[in-house]
Amino acid sequence: MHEMTTSLALAGELFAQGDSQLLAIVLLSLRVSLTATLLACLIGMPLGALLAVGRFPGRRTLIVLFNALMGLPPVVVGLIVYLLLSRAGPLGQFGLLFTPTAMVIAQTILIVPIVAALSRQVVEDAWREYREQLRSLGANRLRAARTLLWDGRFSLTTAGLAGFGRAVAEVGAVMIVGGNIDGVTRVMTTTIALETSKGDLPLALALGMILIAVVLLINIAAFLLRQWAERRWG
Amino acid sequence: MGGKALGMSHESNCTWLHLDQLGLTEGNIRIIDAITLKVGAGRTAILGPNGAGKSTLLRLMHGLLRPSAGKLHWPQTLSQGMVFQRPVMLRTTALANVAYGLKLRGVATKERQQRSMTALARVGLADFADRPARRLSGGEQQRVALARVWALEPQVLFLDEPTASLDPASSREVERIIKEIAASGTRIVMTTHNLGQARRIAEEVIYLEGGRVLEQTPAESFFRQPQTTAARSFLQEETP
Amino acid sequence: MIRNLRRKIFSAACGASLLLAVSAHAQERFITVASTTSTEQSGLFAHLLPAFERESGILVRVVALGTGQALDLARRGDADVVFVHDKVAEEKFVAEGFGVKRQEVMYNDFVLIGPQNDPAKAAGKDILAGLRQIEAAKAPFVSRGDKSGTHAAELRYWKAAGIDITAAKGPWYKDTGSGMGPALNTASSMNAYLLADRGTWLNFKNRGDLGIVVEGDKQLFNQYGVILVNPAKHAHIKQADGQKLIDWVVSTAGQKTIADYKIGGEQLFFPNAGN
Repeated sequence: MHEMTTSLALAGELFAQGDSQLLAIVLLSLRVSLTATLLACLIGMPLGALLAVGRFPGRRTLIVLFNALMGLPPVVVGLIVYLLLSRAGPLGQFGLLFTPTAMVIAQTILIVPIVAALSRQVVEDAWREYREQLRSLGANRLRAARTLLWDGRFSLTTAGLAGFGRAVAEVGAVMIVGGNIDGVTRVMTTTIALETSKGDLPLALALGMILIAVVLLINIAAFLLRQWAERRWG
Repeated sequence: MGGKALGMSHESNCTWLHLDQLGLTEGNIRIIDAITLKVGAGRTAILGPNGAGKSTLLRLMHGLLRPSAGKLHWPQTLSQGMVFQRPVMLRTTALANVAYGLKLRGVATKERQQRSMTALARVGLADFADRPARRLSGGEQQRVALARVWALEPQVLFLDEPTASLDPASSREVERIIKEIAASGTRIVMTTHNLGQARRIAEEVIYLEGGRVLEQTPAESFFRQPQTTAARSFLQEETP
Repeated sequence: MIRNLRRKIFSAACGASLLLAVSAHAQERFITVASTTSTEQSGLFAHLLPAFERESGILVRVVALGTGQALDLARRGDADVVFVHDKVAEEKFVAEGFGVKRQEVMYNDFVLIGPQNDPAKAAGKDILAGLRQIEAAKAPFVSRGDKSGTHAAELRYWKAAGIDITAAKGPWYKDTGSGMGPALNTASSMNAYLLADRGTWLNFKNRGDLGIVVEGDKQLFNQYGVILVNPAKHAHIKQADGQKLIDWVVSTAGQKTIADYKIGGEQLFFPNAGN
């Protein structure tokens, strides 16, 4: 695997140089995907909790739907968001196409189902254990959902990280709604796709390695934070 | 602190809960079979062999389960609380666990803190207030659960096997707390496997078997001379 | 309470990052250009546009697609200017009223790429003869198949060579539906023939055994045009700034900048706006 070692060396070199263009691309990737993750958590976690404790018609259908939507193809999400944000589309007047905001919107839509489905699982398991106690103390379902979300915060980090992982790794949606514009909407994955197009496979692979390293760092940070918090709060 | 010393503020002639043909079926199994009962004592123990339906009856009374037949009648509205065999602790401090119940009732932050601290002190855990509740021992967790419910000052407290998972020392401490809660005027209904505990706490015993009430007698006479053969053999088997 | 404080910090963080995302594209003066992968990936734009941006103060955001996609994007009003290379499609675009006027900017040429040992004996200066050889030998051929300018040109050459490619295509003809770069990667791994624009080819690194098989045929001439999207169709089109870019690329200064762009001493694009 000659290419691997070449790319590894190249990745190390790029990293050591702290190339400003590369840094900007990495930061944009993180900004877009972390914002999308945050939004997806704000939407998906309450949604998952309501699906877990709620009793309303269509609940099971929704659960199956969200599970299925975890496999939503990024290109399809990209296309839908493109058609919405395009000047000819219903939200065209805001001029959001080919901006980081458009990328945040697409990635949020992409990962809300993941966060919601995983949160539902966490909250549902806790609900089984806490149900009688919470009801006895006088918590209604809405209140119970809130309590369970707070109480499951350590397990829920996994849902957030899964969402972030998918967001930061996808290329299909951001390519379409971002347009891979140099210095504006070019992120790690679209850069990798571009360098692959140019046939510069070692550089593409090196960028891929940097992406993996960045994602790894974030996961390590989250893991340590969770461990510390769990030690503190049980 | 003997049974007599606790006082008899809730005489049996003053019924505060009336069960009328109460039943619960699950599939084809009658877990609770048309129970008619008047609860009026201040401290009631529900006894019976495993599978008699004791915990289910307690949950029906507390409203956690909906009866499939019959009615539950409360002559006056009484605030209730319940303590379970296994305490459920939220992933936060002992103090915040106690405060949670008060928070649900909309008690303001400052008062909440004070009442929670008082409740923790009453169960002997004032020094544990800032500890993560989940890292406390089983006995300590059960005491936090008691503090949580005590802070709400319920008029009725249901306890489902509150000491079944605890060691003797913790059991004694929990028993002491239950007696104090009762002394503060709260009506107690508990299930237990510990006959000594029932004898020490209860004024009245409801003996349950197969989802039916076979006996409801003052505790003293129940332990001296049970009226039914079933209860008699139960006492013989359970007494060491 | 600690918990409340933590909540406050959390919501503040939420708000801050949202703001960050939204305000990212501050009020810059910019236009959006829908163009082709060949101009972007050959490095021409990286050479050409900074000169214009310095001079005009207008930033140019390039979305690089195939010619067909670029024109579709502009039809929806998502670009101010199109800079592409498919004369027939461009003229149709203007005739439909989506474009104001088509102006020629420059040309480069297509090259037939293939294995250096040339198993189909397609080498020479005649693209049509070369394609006939490939078809006769059923030698592996990679087609873009993505309605790009290059794809349109390829289809024109098959037709001119007297080959009905829809009927003649077999397992040897790989319709990849991909951009120039991915198609080159595919051809490189399969040792197949394909039609490429010279700029992308010169800038392409993963060549493997591939080399130029046919070049220099007049028919391989590849004209680029630039069109302002019609503000009558889409009111938000940045007409003045878009026109500035067009005026500049066809100006003497712009044309010279295009001519100056070289890879390895080789000129990639030949300005011909005056013609």
